[in-house]
Amino acid sequence: MFFSMLSEAWHAMGANRLRTFLTMLGMVIGVGAVVLMMAIGEGAQQSIKRSIDSMGSNLFVILSGSSSTSGSRSASGNSSALNMNDATAIGDLDDIGAFAPISVGNAQIIYAGNNSNTPIVGTTPSYFSIRRWDVESGELFSDADVRSANRVALVGKTVVENLFGDDIDPIGKTIRIKKSPFLIVGVLEGKGQSFDGRDQDDTIIVPITTAQRKLFGNQIPGSVRMIMAQAKSEKYMGVAEDGINDLIRQRHNIRENTESDFSVRNLTAMAKTASDTAKTMSMLLGAIASISLLVGGIGIMNIMLVSVTERTREIGIRMAIGAREKDILLQFLLEACVISIVGCVIGVGLGLGGALLVKKMVGAEILISMQSIVLAFSVAASIGVFFGYYPASKAAKLRPIEALRYQ
Amino acid sequence: MTNNVIEITGLYKDYDTPAGVFPVLKDVNLTIEAGDYVAIMGPSGSGKSTFMNILGCLDRPTKGEYKLNNQSVKSLNNNQLAALRNRTIGFVFQGFNLLARSSLVDNVALPLVYAKDQKELRTKIAKNILERMGLGQYFESRPNQISGGQQQRVAIARALVNQPRIILADEPTGNLDSKTSDEIMKIFDELNQIGNTIIIVTHENAIADHARRQIRFLDGKIVEDHRNKKELEKA
Repeated sequence: MFFSMLSEAWHAMGANRLRTFLTMLGMVIGVGAVVLMMAIGEGAQQSIKRSIDSMGSNLFVILSGSSSTSGSRSASGNSSALNMNDATAIGDLDDIGAFAPISVGNAQIIYAGNNSNTPIVGTTPSYFSIRRWDVESGELFSDADVRSANRVALVGKTVVENLFGDDIDPIGKTIRIKKSPFLIVGVLEGKGQSFDGRDQDDTIIVPITTAQRKLFGNQIPGSVRMIMAQAKSEKYMGVAEDGINDLIRQRHNIRENTESDFSVRNLTAMAKTASDTAKTMSMLLGAIASISLLVGGIGIMNIMLVSVTERTREIGIRMAIGAREKDILLQFLLEACVISIVGCVIGVGLGLGGALLVKKMVGAEILISMQSIVLAFSVAASIGVFFGYYPASKAAKLRPIEALRYQ
Repeated sequence: MTNNVIEITGLYKDYDTPAGVFPVLKDVNLTIEAGDYVAIMGPSGSGKSTFMNILGCLDRPTKGEYKLNNQSVKSLNNNQLAALRNRTIGFVFQGFNLLARSSLVDNVALPLVYAKDQKELRTKIAKNILERMGLGQYFESRPNQISGGQQQRVAIARALVNQPRIILADEPTGNLDSKTSDEIMKIFDELNQIGNTIIIVTHENAIADHARRQIRFLDGKIVEDHRNKKELEKA
C-alpha cells in the first residue's frame, strides 16, 4: 500500500516536471544554504578553538604603557616601563605558575640569497612550556643560552619555507638577523593562525638577552616589551590579575588614583570573546539560511494547493471507488514529502560541494558535521509534512460528489 | 430479512443555492430486490442523477431513510461509506472517469489498492478482468489511447474488480454511438444474468428496454414504476 502510493507520488511529480523541479529548487537552495552556512560557521568556530588551544591556557599578558586610549599616550607596549625584575617578581607571586619576559620586534633576516622581514621574539625557555610549544626537530634553547646571550635561534615553519624551501634542513645552518649571525638549533611545531588572524609560524625565537643586546640594542638595558604569565589554574585567574596589578603598581611607585604605566590583559577572556563572536556569527548564518528553507517550504505548500485544485476531479474519482479521507491525505502528504526529501538530498549534496569549493577558493576552514546534515534532513522532512498537511487535508475533506462534478 | 438490496423511504434531497433552498428529490420511496435490472428514466433535471449519487453513497440525502443491504446508510461515517463504495457498489459514469495518467491495469486495480490487496494479486485480478472485457492487448495503454467504448469497458472492469453485487451506471452509453452502446449493454445484460443487481440511469428507451423494471422520474418524484412490457410478454 505504502509503496504503491510512493510510486504514485513519483508519477504525479513526473507529470509536471518543470513545476516539480522549481518547487524542489526552493528546498534544494534552502537545505544547501543551511548545510553550507553551518559548515562555514562550525569551521570558523573550530579554527578559533584550535588557535585558542594553541595559545596556551590561563594566560595574562602584561604590556608596558597604559591601556587608556585617551590623550596622546603612546600605544601600549611601546614605552619601556617593564623590565626583567618585574618579570621575576611576577613569577614569585603565589597564584602564578610560570612566566616569560618577551621582547619583540621585526628584523630583516637573510639566508643565502633569500631574505624576509620576520617578527623576532626574544624570551626565556619557560615561554615554550606556557604556550605548550615544542620543537619539531632540533632542540629548544636553554637557560644557559639565555644567561650567556648566545646567538641561537628557533625558527617557525613559515620562516623555514620562506628561507630554506623544502630541500634544506635548517638545523645547524647560520642565518643573519640584522646582520648578526645566528645558529639555528631547532624548528618549531606548526601552530597555525592565532585567533586574531596572525600566522604564528612566521616567527623566529631567540634568547631574550641576545635580543636585548644584539638586536634591539637601543633600549634601556633589561627592559622588556611584555611579560607573559600563567595562572596556576583557571580559578586563580581573578586573584592573579589583581595580584599582578598591585605588584607592578607598587614596584613602579604609582600612587593611588593615578593611571598605571602598564596594562594586564587576560588572554583567556579575550579568546572566549572571540569564540563567542564566532558562535554568534555561526548562529546568524544558520538563521539566515533557515529562512530560505522556510521560503522553500512555503513554495511546496503553494504548489500542493494548486495541485489539489487541479486534481479535484481525480480526487473525486478516487473517492468514488473507495478511497477514504486518510488515503487521499496520505497521497498528497507523501507527494509533498517526496518533493522535500528529494530536494533535501540534492541540497545536502550541493551544500557539501559548495563548502568544499569555499574551502578551495577562499581557504576558509570548513567543518562538515553529521549533525548539520541530520538536522537539515529532519527539518526538510518536517517541512514536507508541515507545509504539505494543509493542502492534503483540504483534498481529503472534499466531498466525493462535489469533487467529481468539478470541472 | 428481506431480499431487498435497496430500501428507500421518504427520501428528500435539497440543494442550497444562492437563490435559496432548491428541492431536487421529494418524498421518494423505492425498493429494489437483489438481482433485479432497473432502468431509471426521466428528463434532465428530474433528479434521477442526484438519486443515483445517493444510491452510490457519493452524496447524502437531506432527509429520509436509505437502507443498503438492510443497513441504514445514515448512521455510517465517511470511512464506512468509502468501504461501501469500494466493495458493495460498482459505479460506472457517463464520462468514464478514468485516471488519465495511469495505465489501464492501474486504473482497474485502483479499487483493490484501497481494499489493501497485495500488488501481485491486484495486477493479476485487473489483467484477468480486462481480458474478459476484450482489452487483453491494452494493459499498459493510457485511457486516451483507446476508443470511448473501450474506455467504458475499462470503467466497467474497474467497477467489477472488487466483485460488488450492485452495479450503478449513470448514463453509461451517453457518450457512445449506438453500436458501441449495444456492446456495452450486452455486458450489463450478462452481469445481470450472473446475479448482479443492475441500476442504470438513461433517457433512451432502447437502453431502458434492456432492463426488467423501468422507473420514471419527473420533478424529483417517481411518476412511473412498472415491469418492462417485453418482459411481461415473455412471461
